[in-house]
Amino acid sequence: MDVSVLTEYLPLYKEAALLTVKLGLLGILFATVLGLVCAAVLYFKIPVLKAIVKIYIELSRNTPLLIQLFFIYYGLPKIGIRTSPEVCGVAGLAFLGGSYMAEAFRSGLEAIPLIQEESALSLGMTRFQTIRYIILPQAVSVSVPALVANVIFLLKETSVFSAVSLMDLMFTAKDLIGLYYDTTEALFLLVVFYLIILLPVGILGTILEKRARYAGFGA
Amino acid sequence: MSEKVLTLRGVVKEFEGQTILDGIDLEVEKGEVVVIIGPSGCGKSTLLRCINALEPIQGGEILLQGSPVKAGDKNLPVLRQKIGMVFQSYDLFPHMTIMDNITLAPRKVHKRDKAEVEREAAELLSRVGLADKAKSFPRQLSGGQKQRVAIVRMLIMHPEILLFDEVTAALDPEMVREVLDVMLELAKQGRTMIIVTHEMAFARAVAHRMIFIDEGRIVEEGKPDEFFESPKTERARNFLNMFRFQPASRS
Repeated sequence: MDVSVLTEYLPLYKEAALLTVKLGLLGILFATVLGLVCAAVLYFKIPVLKAIVKIYIELSRNTPLLIQLFFIYYGLPKIGIRTSPEVCGVAGLAFLGGSYMAEAFRSGLEAIPLIQEESALSLGMTRFQTIRYIILPQAVSVSVPALVANVIFLLKETSVFSAVSLMDLMFTAKDLIGLYYDTTEALFLLVVFYLIILLPVGILGTILEKRARYAGFGA
Repeated sequence: MSEKVLTLRGVVKEFEGQTILDGIDLEVEKGEVVVIIGPSGCGKSTLLRCINALEPIQGGEILLQGSPVKAGDKNLPVLRQKIGMVFQSYDLFPHMTIMDNITLAPRKVHKRDKAEVEREAAELLSRVGLADKAKSFPRQLSGGQKQRVAIVRMLIMHPEILLFDEVTAALDPEMVREVLDVMLELAKQGRTMIIVTHEMAFARAVAHRMIFIDEGRIVEEGKPDEFFESPKTERARNFLNMFRFQPASRS
């Protein structure tokens, strides 16, 4: 391995990593919001919307991100919706992640026994107060491990962004290999940069899971 | 005297085509302690759940101090504040300290001042022997301690009537007593209570009136001494006999 090649490539990777993180976090943010909304629709069994959410979840979970990106990037312009590669990447990640986040929140909500709600209601709390103070805090802490897993999964999925000509880490590595053929160095840096991004997320997630576990114990 | 706190008229509860409660009539006066017993599945727990509309009813009416208690009613949270309920499985909120478990409802529902509520909570906790547990979490408490906290959590809302749904059924035997003692104390204070229980000795000691329910109907009711000494109906006799152990005859 040639160290001088590594140092030469470093700035390019840094820039690509920033793009990966920026688009990844934005996508995850939208995915989380979308997931919360979908989980709420399922939890409250809102008619019509519930059916739409179910179809969306199946569609999103059973198609690869690459195909979803192609659909947004090449398909939508055909019906007049044009997007930039950045918007496409974020939207694709949100579309994919929304269903996984929804399932994580839903499993958290369903893990809270009905009697918790009944206890709160029998104290005279309104349904809103019950959800705000009793159900949600417990549900979120039950969901934390699944949410952390989703964040890591989605960050890894950003590696297909290169397919819609986003200059992310994967794109940069492939590009450099094509240009200079320093395969070892290019791939080595690719692994290192993904680790730099994902390891802290994993460690932070473990800490968060430990902290959130209190609600997992029985009443 | 004889101020009616709770009135049930012809209450019918059906669930999936089955009749759980089949026309229950009941009046509870202020300060009265009513104990409900009956075989498992007879509808006694369902009856308590209907009284604070955790279960909708399909017939009859339930009046709390004259106001109808109806599932789905806008006024329901206000009425429920006057109906305290303690469940078999205590159901404290696991993510909150004991103090927060107790003070959440008075602070959010009654909008009472935090410091003032915490003073009352501390006093109630010390009355049930748990003054040192305010900062603990539910998981750190024994079943009996949790159930006493659940009782305090209900009392701090100053309910007009207290409902106890087999509150000692999930407890180890040595913890049953500490919970029953708290309930006896409440009865002595003249609280209006409806108690569903399988603790017959306790029932006899605390009740002003016994009610025996079977197959969704009130089969027999009466003063505890009469009820336990000379039950009028066959079904009540058979039920009470299950709690008496005859020496096994050996051949």
